[in-house]
Amino acid sequence: MTTPSERVAVRLTVNGRPVEQVVEARRSLADFLREDLGLTGTHVGCEHGVCGACTVLVDGRSARSCLLFAAQLEGRAVTTIEGLTPAEGLSPLQESFRVCHAMQCGFCTPGMIVTTTELLAQEPAPSTEAIREAISGNLCMCTGYVNIVRAIEQAVAARTAGARA
Amino acid sequence: MKPASFRYARAGSLAEAIALLAAGHGDAKILSGGQSLVPMMNMRLVRPAVVVDVNGLRELSGITPTPEGGLRVGALTRHAELAASPAVIERAPLLAEAARHVGHAAIRNQGTLGGSVAHADPAAELPAALVALDARVRMTGPRGAREVAADMFFRGLLTTALEADEILTAIEVPAQPPGWGFVELARRPGDFALAGVAAVVRVGHPLTLPSPPRGGEGASEPQPPEVVRLVGFGVGDRPVRLTGAEWLLTGVPLDADSAARAGVAAGPACDPPSDVHGSADYRRHLATVLTERALLQAVARLRPGPR
Repeated sequence: MTTPSERVAVRLTVNGRPVEQVVEARRSLADFLREDLGLTGTHVGCEHGVCGACTVLVDGRSARSCLLFAAQLEGRAVTTIEGLTPAEGLSPLQESFRVCHAMQCGFCTPGMIVTTTELLAQEPAPSTEAIREAISGNLCMCTGYVNIVRAIEQAVAARTAGARA
Repeated sequence: MKPASFRYARAGSLAEAIALLAAGHGDAKILSGGQSLVPMMNMRLVRPAVVVDVNGLRELSGITPTPEGGLRVGALTRHAELAASPAVIERAPLLAEAARHVGHAAIRNQGTLGGSVAHADPAAELPAALVALDARVRMTGPRGAREVAADMFFRGLLTTALEADEILTAIEVPAQPPGWGFVELARRPGDFALAGVAAVVRVGHPLTLPSPPRGGEGASEPQPPEVVRLVGFGVGDRPVRLTGAEWLLTGVPLDADSAARAGVAAGPACDPPSDVHGSADYRRHLATVLTERALLQAVARLRPGPR
């Protein structure tokens, strides 16, 4: 029988890169990414799954990284905001956030981008209502959300126009 | 906001998970989706010595249609799977609808049906849906497997019939009758509901007369309900069967009038909490309004729409 242990060996991929490490069982995925891998784009807000700042993709689906233990990620593929950002410059969605002033302090922005990435993968042309519902699990204390919704809409419009051209 | 130290074990089989739980002597917790357990651990409301991760167990996975027209849903089924499953949408649409109301996408991707049921938050959607559907909860432990009706499973605030050394394995959902409704009121989508109601209506009791035909649309008039199951959530310490309202509808044609009367009966039967989000009186009021609305949804589904 497996013996329960305070330290756990885990192998996963993070932004396409294989990672193998022994972690403390209680290490959250969020802290693992930030403290052990130096990927500080994932922000830690409430640490109980409410604020959405720490949202990452696990096998392409959004997850709160504060509600997963790193030890659970054996064999899984994690994508963080760093993995969604091109080596040079910004992704079209990020660029749209910049152009629309969809951030003020920027704390919620990585979680917003990750959440929106999943939304657009599932629903390439979401309604305003669907956008608002999708980001309702990501708290922003600065913007009032209007510019964030606008940024997502413009990113969708630009992509649709690009696809037609 | 970091959990206390614990020992972690990844169970390789259901038998191993049961053994690990037993070896934990009541101080071990099953980790499935972790969307309720981990927040409680982070806030140190729970400090298990051992956490048994069951996420890899095939025995707890999968949605299987049963020959009787129902479903057997593995405990590890994620809310997002439940909401999108064609079999669930066809055979138990109320369950799929309830799953769509749980938290946000990131929560629905991880959270599991078994976890929600074992956690038994009185404001949660899925436990109420299962009581309304007359589902059965399957669990297994050192003394073998057993099954408990959802109605009897929820015993109070975060308290269920599941013993500390048992693991919830699956939910048996019977075929759902065509009349159903599901409504909740929350401050924002994804928040816990202030209150909600699930309704299941089966029509055509052989001992009650059909309602008299009106005008030319007699054929589309609903038959008197045979069985109505009404369950409120967020209005008590567990999913609350609104039996007074159910009795009021027995043998009576379900229409706008009887739905309103049932709603009036539902409110006073609830003993909801008062908190910063709403008073007990407000939640009782919601139970009345939402019962009526859930029943009207059921009526709309039972009546063939205009062609």
